[in-house]
Amino acid sequence: MTADTDSQGRPIVVVTGIGVVTSLGQGVADNWGALTAGRSGIRRITRFPVDGLRTTIAGTIDFVKVTEFSTPALSEAIASSAIEEAIGMAAIGAKGAFPGPLFLALPPVELEWPQRRALAAASGCAGGSQGAIGYSDLLRAASGGAFKETYRRFLFASVGETLADRFGTSGVPIEVSTACASGATAIQLGVEAIRRGETEVALSVGTDTSVNVEAVVRFSLLSALSTRNDPPEAAVRPFSKDRDGFVMAEGAGALVLESRAHARARGAAILGVVAGLGEMADSFHRTRSSPDGKPIIACMNRAIADAGLVPDEIGYVNAHGTGTPENDKMEWLGLSAVLGERAGKVPVSSNKSMIGHTLSAAGAIEAVFTLLTLRNGVLPPTINYDIPDPALPIDCVPNLARPADVAAALSNSFGFGGQNVSLVLTREPG
Amino acid sequence: MAAERDAVITGIGLVSSLGEGMAAHWAALTGDAFRPVLDTESFPPYPLHPLPPIAFERQIPKRGDLRQMETWQRLGTYAAGLALDEAGLKGQPDLLQRTELIVAAGGGERDPAADVSILTDLPAAADPESLLNQRLLSDLRPTLFLAQLSNLLAGNISIVHGVVGGSRSFMGEEPAGVDAVRVAVARIAAGQGDLFLVGAAAAPVRPEVLLHYEMGGLLRKRNWAPVWARQADGGGMALGTLGCFLVIESRAHAAGRGMTPVAAIASVANDRCRRQPGEATANATRQLAALNGRIDPAATAVISGASGAAAATQEERDWLAGLGMPVRAVATAVGHTMEPAFPAAMAIAAIAVREGRLFPPLEAAETPMPAPLRAALVTGWGHWRGEALGLVTPA
Repeated sequence: MTADTDSQGRPIVVVTGIGVVTSLGQGVADNWGALTAGRSGIRRITRFPVDGLRTTIAGTIDFVKVTEFSTPALSEAIASSAIEEAIGMAAIGAKGAFPGPLFLALPPVELEWPQRRALAAASGCAGGSQGAIGYSDLLRAASGGAFKETYRRFLFASVGETLADRFGTSGVPIEVSTACASGATAIQLGVEAIRRGETEVALSVGTDTSVNVEAVVRFSLLSALSTRNDPPEAAVRPFSKDRDGFVMAEGAGALVLESRAHARARGAAILGVVAGLGEMADSFHRTRSSPDGKPIIACMNRAIADAGLVPDEIGYVNAHGTGTPENDKMEWLGLSAVLGERAGKVPVSSNKSMIGHTLSAAGAIEAVFTLLTLRNGVLPPTINYDIPDPALPIDCVPNLARPADVAAALSNSFGFGGQNVSLVLTREPG
Repeated sequence: MAAERDAVITGIGLVSSLGEGMAAHWAALTGDAFRPVLDTESFPPYPLHPLPPIAFERQIPKRGDLRQMETWQRLGTYAAGLALDEAGLKGQPDLLQRTELIVAAGGGERDPAADVSILTDLPAAADPESLLNQRLLSDLRPTLFLAQLSNLLAGNISIVHGVVGGSRSFMGEEPAGVDAVRVAVARIAAGQGDLFLVGAAAAPVRPEVLLHYEMGGLLRKRNWAPVWARQADGGGMALGTLGCFLVIESRAHAAGRGMTPVAAIASVANDRCRRQPGEATANATRQLAALNGRIDPAATAVISGASGAAAATQEERDWLAGLGMPVRAVATAVGHTMEPAFPAAMAIAAIAVREGRLFPPLEAAETPMPAPLRAALVTGWGHWRGEALGLVTPA
């Protein structure tokens, strides 16, 4: 007899469908195979010329084609692919009629250079010394009605509305941006909606395809990116002494969340449980954590407590593990405080060592991988761990996957703007 | 009637072209013959509702913080500070540490001079792609990225005001503003939090913002007219500069700390459709039916979030006409504001409900309401998508 409510009397929220696309491939099977084989999806950027850029690598998704490339267009395409897989696995709802709301993490939307250049071209201004182009020229070009589709494509609501139309999710989709914690926030929102009885089912998705020239330059100017361009697959080095930044990457992860009562009533296969949510914002700095680590410690502790567990019951941590000097140091500091004497013994690995930092999608993709870790009894490694950092005496599952029987795992997502979210995921008791 | 888990508004931070604070807005709205504050000079032919004179340092005292923000983040952080002040939360770390922040975020402010300088140089370049890389590396200010990043309005509110209980930023124009309020109210009802800071900001007096809506053919040009009157010659949006944050908490929590609420949020519904003719009307009709018996039409007015954009505004106008209640279009007063449109309409509704009377018509198409005001319906039809209906009742 399995209870359908947790220790606090709330509906237990389970996962009945997962889907994923990363630079390692399309679909759960391909991704899991590559991840446990320790393969990297980081490659040279070919989408645009990289002349003059300090970072020339990324985890791009080049195998999904869109007719006119833009970040929202590709984000939508790969989110669609991940959602289709997740809904198919959950075997829920009629086609185009998903019986719950959509929570979608995606990067902020902004007009990109190809569109801006198209407007400049349409203005008829020659540019150069022949005639400087002003915003008034762009506005004139815009007013003819020829750019209506560009307007629609670059609304913040565009990707969410299109996916809601396609999959028939209920109500208004909520698009989330909490920087690199966005994917975890989308899961949080879905779990909360089910817990408060607003819905029995929800679709939480993270998608990000930010590898366009301006975004690469922006992150580069913040000195956040690895410049270890050669070879690309060796660039992301979480917890290593010689780590030098993160690598931007693309991907989408989708989870069908469902109350356990609803899942059991329809005989759905349960892949795992989202047992606990934790959050605490950091007011210290726009891009750095409080030096004492208090917010991330509170965030992890809240997630564990919310799951009705104690830290000793956490058997694995899917780290935020970006490979920046700052993040990995702070995450270790936080884990040391939360895990106490067990820090250094509890395995902690970084999927980002292989898939790169999928930014807004990371929380969702890494939740999918954490569920697979629990379910398959294999810990994906942290690759490129060649030179241990003596300041971080961590068991990062170095370089090779490892079998492990884990019942409860913590998945961390920390982002710019003081955004911290931790999830506790557990196995469905057999 | 009153229940512990009702959501009440205990603080409003409102800044618009009409000024700052609840009192300034009420005074402007109730004065003789309302006149909006318009900027027709900055970007002709577009009439815009500008930023009022504002001393940002009053809510954002550190110059270092101010330098890290563009106008959109400054305005939101400022309005959030006003709301926290009103609600008695400012400088109360114990309360701020469990205040949950939900922001409906826009963002994306650019350096327009850099954009057009690059666009001017690209056509003549031997290798335009290579030049673009070079110019972005040299022309983009590193700080601008953070100063315009969507979730950094929330980040700045955490840093400047110490709100750290939780931080969620929703994106998606008007419906995002609705869901920010709706989710806070739903979480309070379910016991998933007691204390929320919810809101948004808009700073559209910028060429890149105008460019986006001009591509959609949605902007009012030249002859500004009130929202309903302008439908006679094509409608269109006159965008407004506005920051609005609401402190929303459970009735029991407000009472526990001795706060007298401004008003209660009795309901928020948000829906969508593909905007085939009549679909938005059907959503609104269903939302109103769900409030069955909870409103007295003789004592209720509608605070409308109509954008001015022709199709949606005209369908909303026709639906509202069937209700027979007095209507006021917020966008006539402060311009249309995207993410903050719904929170701002809720704020204005809350003030009117607290005052017990509706402010005078903003144009000839609106009718006076001599009867006392006991409740306000708030509509939030997005200019593209989303239909929302809120109900504000006395505290």
